[in-house]
Amino acid sequence: MARHLIRLSGSGGQGMITAGIILAAGASVLEGKKAIQSQSYGPEARGGASKAEVIISDEEIYYPKVMAPDVLVALTQEAADKYSKDLKQGGILILDDLMVKTAPKGDWKVYMMPIIRTAAEKVGKAMVANVVTLGALNEICGFVKPETLEQAVLSRVPKGTEELNKNAISAGIELAKAAKAK
Amino acid sequence: MAKKVKFLQGNEAVCEGALYAGCTFYAGYPITPSTEVAEVLAARLPKIGGRFIQMEDELAAMAATLGGSIAGKKSLTATSGPGMSLKMENLGYGYLTEVPCVIVNVMRGGPSTGLPTGPGQSDVMQARWGTHGDHPCIALTPSTVQEQLNETVRAFNLAEKYRMPVILLTDEIIGHMREAVEIPEPGDLPVIDRKRPTCDPKDYLPYKPEADGVAPMADFGSGYRYHITGLNHLPDGFPSNDGKLAQADEIRQQKKVDDNYDEIVVVDEMMCDDAEILIFAFGSTARSAKEAVQMARAEGIKVGLLRPLTIWPFPDKHLAKYAGKVKRVIVPEMNLGQTALEVERVMKGQPAVEGIFQIDSEPINPVTILNKIKGGK
Repeated sequence: MARHLIRLSGSGGQGMITAGIILAAGASVLEGKKAIQSQSYGPEARGGASKAEVIISDEEIYYPKVMAPDVLVALTQEAADKYSKDLKQGGILILDDLMVKTAPKGDWKVYMMPIIRTAAEKVGKAMVANVVTLGALNEICGFVKPETLEQAVLSRVPKGTEELNKNAISAGIELAKAAKAK
Repeated sequence: MAKKVKFLQGNEAVCEGALYAGCTFYAGYPITPSTEVAEVLAARLPKIGGRFIQMEDELAAMAATLGGSIAGKKSLTATSGPGMSLKMENLGYGYLTEVPCVIVNVMRGGPSTGLPTGPGQSDVMQARWGTHGDHPCIALTPSTVQEQLNETVRAFNLAEKYRMPVILLTDEIIGHMREAVEIPEPGDLPVIDRKRPTCDPKDYLPYKPEADGVAPMADFGSGYRYHITGLNHLPDGFPSNDGKLAQADEIRQQKKVDDNYDEIVVVDEMMCDDAEILIFAFGSTARSAKEAVQMARAEGIKVGLLRPLTIWPFPDKHLAKYAGKVKRVIVPEMNLGQTALEVERVMKGQPAVEGIFQIDSEPINPVTILNKIKGGK
């Protein structure tokens, strides 16, 4: 039985919850798998550690929260430190190299990547860091087909930003390919 | 044709359910973790000719919800703990005056402001006894996003059929999580509308029940003039201080619900047939319990889950079947033992009830339930 437990974390406002929704919607509505997205956050609207969790499975999912993730994305140091504690042994840890100065230590496959810098400098808008993340994450883990990810992203973003978001996905895929080649 | 599937948040699914049931009026006051219900209906209701109004506070929101229904519109309000506390006086007015409407309580930690962004299940007894006086109560407890939609439709149907407020008692986890949901086509789910009078308006008695204990309800402004009061009243709606009549009327109202247990009470039983250990859990905690049942069954432990979709009236009949039959009963809930008391009342010590009570704003972990299953006597 294939079951993926994914945690996307960062600071409130970085779009990690939106990224989780897009991934889970793609897996469930577009590919017919079972998927759940949940989140937790503090009372503040921006800032503070924020996390989205996604479970993708071939079978019914009962408990909606992730007890021990297989994959953790962390776009801030605080999130990396706080949410890596229960990352599974042999799990995948994806970090942003601008915001995370010290990678948490553990028996994980670590991908330290310039996600935010790529979004800001290469794609042209720091705001799409979450979509760059999705491109990279899916390239590394293969949760959904690439075309599913693109369709899921495009169905959730504002009109007029389609090209920007497609570029963000591609930039994420390139980051992952480069990181894997290392 | 393939069903329309949407990836929805639990609170959004409540709105889909409300619109499916024919809700055209929402009055509320925003509060985490229920705010998305208001947000979505503020956008959707005006497009279908409905009305959305943000009131000055929760008391007014409950009053306006009753008013919308008295004017003939299926009405909804949504809130969470502190707001539910404030709604209680007007909710009682809704029971006494028999006004159909649906109140969504997305439970969080409490009392008072408590833990606003975390889940809780501590409002079970508040739903039943929060307003003063004896009255019937229907409260539904969905566990999935699909059930948020379907049970909202059912809540409206029960409200309309029995002419009373109905509570959708959900929690932050189910309200905020997202799952794929099949959007029903017209006709897929039943939609019930209240009985309206057909008599000459001058002969109309707003509180003269028919054989089913329910009186037809006229829309204010439709030509049927009548009086509504929170005082006990006569069939014509005007106050009466006759205690005997008041008692008979309250008993009739309670019987509307009691006599229709089989229609109102819905439970989901998972692997209960051969169960030696029974778990009783509702809402998001039932999801933890299902996971725990699967884990325990994989180890050969005979455990089953009784999950009420209707928590009020309490599923006495469904639960009593297992009294004297199972060796253990475990009740996990995100409060300090509210439904456990009811389970105890029904099981009468056959066997004693073991609780897992947690109010730390975290969902109950399936492993905690599994350990209880394995670690018990």
